[in-house]
Amino acid sequence: MNRTALLIRLSPWLFTIGLFVVWEAAVHIFKIPVFFLPPPSAIAQAFVDYSGPLARNSWITLQTTLIGFALAVGFGMLLGLLVGWSRAIYAGLYPLMIGFNAIPKVALVPILVLWFGIGFVPAVLTAFLISFFPIVVNVATGLATIEPELEDVLKALGASKLDIMRKVGIPRTLPYFFGSLKVAITLAFVGSVISESVASNYGIGNLMLQAQAQFQVPLIFAGLVVLAIEGIVMYAAMAILEKRMTGWAQRSGFAQA
Amino acid sequence: MKLAPGLEFPRAGTVTVAGEKVTKPVKIAGMAFQAPTLLPWRTTLENLLLPLEIVEPYRSQMRSRKVEFAARARNLLTSVGLRDQGEKFPWELSGGMQQRTSLCRALIHEPQLLMLDEPFGALDAFTREELWCVIRDLQAASKITVILVTHDLREAVFLADRVFVMSQRPGRIVVERKIDLPRPRDLEVTFTSEFTDIVHELRSHIVKARQ
Repeated sequence: MNRTALLIRLSPWLFTIGLFVVWEAAVHIFKIPVFFLPPPSAIAQAFVDYSGPLARNSWITLQTTLIGFALAVGFGMLLGLLVGWSRAIYAGLYPLMIGFNAIPKVALVPILVLWFGIGFVPAVLTAFLISFFPIVVNVATGLATIEPELEDVLKALGASKLDIMRKVGIPRTLPYFFGSLKVAITLAFVGSVISESVASNYGIGNLMLQAQAQFQVPLIFAGLVVLAIEGIVMYAAMAILEKRMTGWAQRSGFAQA
Repeated sequence: MKLAPGLEFPRAGTVTVAGEKVTKPVKIAGMAFQAPTLLPWRTTLENLLLPLEIVEPYRSQMRSRKVEFAARARNLLTSVGLRDQGEKFPWELSGGMQQRTSLCRALIHEPQLLMLDEPFGALDAFTREELWCVIRDLQAASKITVILVTHDLREAVFLADRVFVMSQRPGRIVVERKIDLPRPRDLEVTFTSEFTDIVHELRSHIVKARQ
């Protein structure tokens, strides 16, 4: 590996460490009180002191998020295929979906609580509701952009619409689909944490709310760090999945340059 | 291009293919266009097999005769000078090679009717002439009907038995010209005065139609 390549490999770590170093230094230099902005060292201490609750609640949040995300993937893929299947369905559903997507999901949590009580279910559903939209849009876009010539080639062979969907539509949609998963998984975390902090007794969202009530500011930040780490890990997992499943679509040197 | 294979239907009159009025896609057609339209997630060989996955009787035999079909695809690739290129992806091939693959895909299910819409338009002059010969030989071997749409008069005269000159918008047939040049035709024929005379004649029809 030459020096530039090594530098590129190391730079994410250097930038992250750099951020924490500057943060720590700034807190000490400007004498910022811990209850206002805790230094990274205090956050690290909170990690040690509250490792049990942090681990337990982050596991719950991760599960909630992943279940909601899985629902969003299944439902989003199906709805996307449906919307891409026919112009009439597309025209009919699109305004509804845009309207639905414009509603802040935090406003739906009280309704979900009304229906399902507080706790696990509303959090899963919030994660689901907030993350399915980008999947639908991307799958539908993939289908809408099939080359008409290719469609003609297949139709001239007597291919049914389902044939065209299976042989061309769905494979062609996969790069869009896997791209959308990266957006959707981060949104799913937003959804589950919103719901946890409004209406649950578990999860990182709830933990942070309690920490705030008890003025344990380093613990609030520890919760944020946990969420950031979970978000990064899941995003990376989606990116790897994308690369493995749709390597044929990622052959441009553009993004690597 | 769309009427003959039954992708669209005429507002007036009828289209007859193989003695039957066309009311739905004809299923005996193969098509190739100016753009190769290969599927980037399939290898060249898998791209060739696509029509067999759709057209009966091959479709239901896909599993049991897969090896035989793959061998047929490889033979076809060899016949257009793409021996051992089957495992490559289309985007690893040059434009001319992709166009050859596209022709093979149009031929793999042994269609009775081959529709070509300017298939050599995007290629350089030498590759184009090479592919003329490929089409000429494939047609001579299988005796299928080929409908070729082209703007290249030399291409039309070299390949065709009959040339129809069409006007632009509305597209009407201006003239039909039989080409009596003896077959098999060699590329050398394109340099004879007989050949150039026909090209000239067709050109004058087009010049008139454009006025």
